[in-house]
Amino acid sequence: MEKEKTKSMNYKPVIGLEVHVELKTNSKMFCGCSADYFGKKPNTHTCPVCLGLPGALPVANKRAIEWCIMIGLALNCNIRLFSKFDRKNYFYPDLPKGYQISQYDQPFCEKGSIKVKSGDSTKTIGITRVHQEEDTGKLIHDTVDGKNVSLIDFNRSGVPLVEIVTEPDFESAQEVVDYLKKLQQIVRYLDVSNANMEKGDMRLEPNISLKLADQQGLPKYKVEVKNINSFKFVEKAINYELKRQQELLEKGETPKQETRGWNEKKQATQSQRSKEEANDYRYFPEPDLPPFRFTQDYIDKLKSTLPELPWQKYERFQREYNLSAYDVEILTREKKSADHFEEAIKVGKKYNIEPKEIVNTIINKKVDVEETPPALLIKNIIFSKQTTTIKMDDLENAISKILNENALAVLDYKNGKIQVVGFLIGQVKKILGKNADTSQIKENLEEKLK
Amino acid sequence: MNNLTIKQAKIGLKNKKFSSVELTTACLKQIKKVEGKLNSFVTVTEKEALMEATKADSAIKNGVELPLLGIPIAIKDNFSTIGIRTTASSKVLDNYIPPYDATVVRKLKAAGMVLVGKTNMDAWAHGSSTETSDYGSTKNPWNTNHLPGGSSGGSAAAVASDSVIAAIGSETAGSIRQPASWCGVVGLKPTYGRVSRYGVIAMGSSLDSPGPITKNVEDSALILEILAGSDSFDATTSPLPVGNYSKNLNQDVKKLRIGISDEYFISGIDKEVENSVREAIKKFEKMGAIIEKIKLFDPKYAIDVYTIIQRSEVSSNLARYDGIRFGFGRDKFMEEAKRRIMFGTHSLSSGYYDQYYNKAQKVRAVIIKDFEEAFKKVDIIIAPTSPSLALPVGATKDAVMFGEIADVLVEPSSIAGLSGVNIPVNISQSGLPIGMQIIGPQFKEDVILSAAHQYETNTVDELWRKKKPNL
Amino acid sequence: MKIDVLHIAKLAKLPISPKEKIRLEKQLSETIEYVKELNKVDTKNVESVSQVTGLENITREDKAKPSLSQDEALSGAKSKHNGFFKVDGIFNEE
Repeated sequence: MEKEKTKSMNYKPVIGLEVHVELKTNSKMFCGCSADYFGKKPNTHTCPVCLGLPGALPVANKRAIEWCIMIGLALNCNIRLFSKFDRKNYFYPDLPKGYQISQYDQPFCEKGSIKVKSGDSTKTIGITRVHQEEDTGKLIHDTVDGKNVSLIDFNRSGVPLVEIVTEPDFESAQEVVDYLKKLQQIVRYLDVSNANMEKGDMRLEPNISLKLADQQGLPKYKVEVKNINSFKFVEKAINYELKRQQELLEKGETPKQETRGWNEKKQATQSQRSKEEANDYRYFPEPDLPPFRFTQDYIDKLKSTLPELPWQKYERFQREYNLSAYDVEILTREKKSADHFEEAIKVGKKYNIEPKEIVNTIINKKVDVEETPPALLIKNIIFSKQTTTIKMDDLENAISKILNENALAVLDYKNGKIQVVGFLIGQVKKILGKNADTSQIKENLEEKLK
Repeated sequence: MNNLTIKQAKIGLKNKKFSSVELTTACLKQIKKVEGKLNSFVTVTEKEALMEATKADSAIKNGVELPLLGIPIAIKDNFSTIGIRTTASSKVLDNYIPPYDATVVRKLKAAGMVLVGKTNMDAWAHGSSTETSDYGSTKNPWNTNHLPGGSSGGSAAAVASDSVIAAIGSETAGSIRQPASWCGVVGLKPTYGRVSRYGVIAMGSSLDSPGPITKNVEDSALILEILAGSDSFDATTSPLPVGNYSKNLNQDVKKLRIGISDEYFISGIDKEVENSVREAIKKFEKMGAIIEKIKLFDPKYAIDVYTIIQRSEVSSNLARYDGIRFGFGRDKFMEEAKRRIMFGTHSLSSGYYDQYYNKAQKVRAVIIKDFEEAFKKVDIIIAPTSPSLALPVGATKDAVMFGEIADVLVEPSSIAGLSGVNIPVNISQSGLPIGMQIIGPQFKEDVILSAAHQYETNTVDELWRKKKPNL
Repeated sequence: MKIDVLHIAKLAKLPISPKEKIRLEKQLSETIEYVKELNKVDTKNVESVSQVTGLENITREDKAKPSLSQDEALSGAKSKHNGFFKVDGIFNEE
């Protein structure tokens, strides 16, 4: 055991992340087909453009570009004043044109950063670039008439994607998970994507390698891992891969630079027969799309339309409402709960309900934002306040009754089973109503039981 | 009546001299007569044409007025036509039926045209002869032992043989002007971005320009008016307003400054071609134009630039032909296509991009600037369209860069995205047409068309104009 | 300079026979030699240009429009199944 520990301390993970976020625009990136493809009948959301028919041409979606820039701004990126689209050429059945329209050397956003809280520390992750591209069709593997086939649905082909690439700054699977959660939160706050890993509108590909703790520079290899479809498997896949690579390194071997796929059934990464084996993408400027030249004015205007971002809201809530970090973290986890909370505060002001009361109710009673609109929430709070103070007579009577009826429980309590008091409180509440103040009842019971 | 121009045909229809059905039938008859010799068409849409002609007659009767109502037109087979086979003259698309119309086709339909058929071309537009068509070469109506030029050879031959009243072609670098020159008809390459490429099977995306092939300049102007304009399906189309080309053909030649560059009378040029063009220039001078000698960037470099850029774009544009969603597999690509795809792939590949593609795009900038400077001094540039007469059948065999070398005189203006029109100026001793091109700055189609029209009008009585292909 | 025709053919997904390989090798070399002439042109301070229109910032509004029907979309396919395009099974794992 000891020997293993010393060995593992020598290697440090070097992880970079590529995340693809699918934008929830009305139409696709380069054509007017509806981008709302999930669950639709196959090949019912296509046109000559996204089907790659002869003669079809792309025209860029304005909103998609704005949203890509917004994501870049939220990640503190520098927005290029001149950018363009490029063709990334490769063959695959789900890529109808035989090239993907993407961005190569002049992407919309570059050189950003994001602070990620992981455990007790906060780490700054470098964002290399945020660029725009189009999604591919979907391949489903099946057996038809005894033969193995791949079925292709092009509904997803052409849906706008934003690719967010980080510097290789991650040093653990946990950091990656924390970053992903934050990124997911950001794009949901911006309301540009549902960023649901299970549904495929947020996908990630970590590039994983290991280096010796004292090694300068980056490792000579990196392994890309694909097909991680849920948060649940992010940690598992990364840790599996780190372990696999470490075992090789300890044997004196350098892990092969390749793409591996996460296999959920086998709970392991597997080498993929590379579809991009030594692929030369032969990038060149997309001739069908004129380039983009933005003014600083335009970018500033876009920046001003950014909603309050999670960490900004977090700080403001703490400041403005004097709430604890714990409370604020829960409230601002999703924009809709934060908005719900602030609405409730507005309503609550009229009735002198304090923010702290609202928070407590939301958290303790696990209030559902959709089911309990702000006005109703305040009503409930007011109602429960009215019924918490009980008349002493009622209380005494109720307690006496319960103690008389539950002699065995009383004996247990006196013999040291103090947790029995919970049961007794419940019985008292049955008489007084569930809104009866628990602490009041407890105090009195304990007195009586002495 | 199939030998009429659009204008003449329209007058005939209006004055009830004949019906569209009669006119269309005359064209179909001519096609039946000459197709065996010429092979101008990949698909003749006889049934549909007669149906459309019938509809047109009914519309004409009801007083409907449209620019091409009832006029039989042929369209090059790289334009998507809904429900009608579109092959780009390649076996890869032998059975491809587009589910949509190209914007050009949509506009022509809205203008009332009668579509007679889809014309033959060099497969994928890769050529200047039509000899690389997977459906056999088209022959030159003036001498069927000679080629019609390309890649819009079928369209040019169809017009020259009076199989149709007018036709549509496309030019990447020479594919309208050169076959027009070899076939003795008017071929206009509009400014890149003047006419929508949506639905045109892409060859060189930064170069492709759809345009008309007609019997005279007037008809060319008329069709350009219909085709030109911005298109929401093509992000490279210009928002500039479309000119009233057909009403603007009589601009004063006396104020016209014409640039002549010796670089375009290249060594090895056919002597008759050179002489005819120089004679034509003298006629402009007699009309009062100012002839100015200018120095232009040597067109030979345009061959290299064009070969690299076009083949690079081709290699990418032809990647969608994998036989999965339509058509046949990549094994159906023939030699020329393979050559071009391979070279294009090579020139874009890692380690070679800078010395090929990037270098070519830099020289492209040099060529653009060169023309910009020239057009500060002159309004138009006149030059021969092709350094040779129509070459004999078989001329392209084993040539690795036939198209690109043959189009040396039209490539520079194509690379710069300019507009250019070919007009016939003579028939050679051997009975083959000689053409001359008029090149103008971007979006100055009105200027080149006007100059072309003035020349045509001024030389209307020249004897060679009385000659017709002997079919 | 020897051109790796097989590598290029692979990148371009073009099936070529051994005879074609030899022929293409020769032809490609010829073309490459021909265009080398371009090196004679001085482009020291020249920016490469990939667009001749001068247009910039061309976009369209984010409006959904009708798509092709499933039948229209599949109309050209030689192999389909239940509304999908069908190809031979593609495997990604060893």
